[in-house]
Amino acid sequence: MLIKICPDMFDPWQEVQSYQQNTLTALTGKIGATSVFVGTMRDFNEGDQVKGMTLEHYPGMTERQLAKIVAQAQSQWQILDALIVHRVGAILPDEAIVLVAVWSSHRGEAFDASRNIMEALKSKAPFWKKELLDSDQERWVSKNTDGYTTC
Amino acid sequence: MIMSIKVRYFASLKDRVGCAEQAIHSSGLSTVRSIWHAANPDKKLPDNILAAVNMDYVDLDSPVNDGDEVAFFPPVTGG
Repeated sequence: MLIKICPDMFDPWQEVQSYQQNTLTALTGKIGATSVFVGTMRDFNEGDQVKGMTLEHYPGMTERQLAKIVAQAQSQWQILDALIVHRVGAILPDEAIVLVAVWSSHRGEAFDASRNIMEALKSKAPFWKKELLDSDQERWVSKNTDGYTTC
Repeated sequence: MIMSIKVRYFASLKDRVGCAEQAIHSSGLSTVRSIWHAANPDKKLPDNILAAVNMDYVDLDSPVNDGDEVAFFPPVTGG
């Protein structure tokens, strides 16, 4: 398992490839499914155009909560490994905010565990977004949307 | 007993309180809620506030101990 808090722009696809090639070598022949979620920054929110964002976090607690979230998923599903990368600091539209990748022998565990990790991250990991609107007004995002409802 | 507690604030709550971190030294500190009131005597505890002691989530009525780090923050919005 690897959890990275990243102050600079990252390429999620490169992160997945690098982790699989360099760290998961002992799992050769065991991996049957890799589920990857990438969250990127939109340029709109709540009816406004957004031109930038700052992501604040609670160093130490963030890593601790993410490790707990992965441990909980490992106790519930047969997963082989997991990688979480989350951006902090100043960020622009189209840049990656978060990567959750889960490796398993079967698709069911990979899909379900990655979804569960992502939803738990949204509600438990101490990150906060402050948006910079096109009007130059700054505002804190007050709550995350529910990932299970469609709207 | 006089306890020393490190209090931390994040995001919009940091803006509202006006600082990121405080050290409080006081007697009569028993719960997370009492820490808020000792540190912010002129401010009501916000309804949707979250709290952590030593980087684990806790209820507002959870106990605190000398030397603890107590953090207050709004609902998280990462991901």
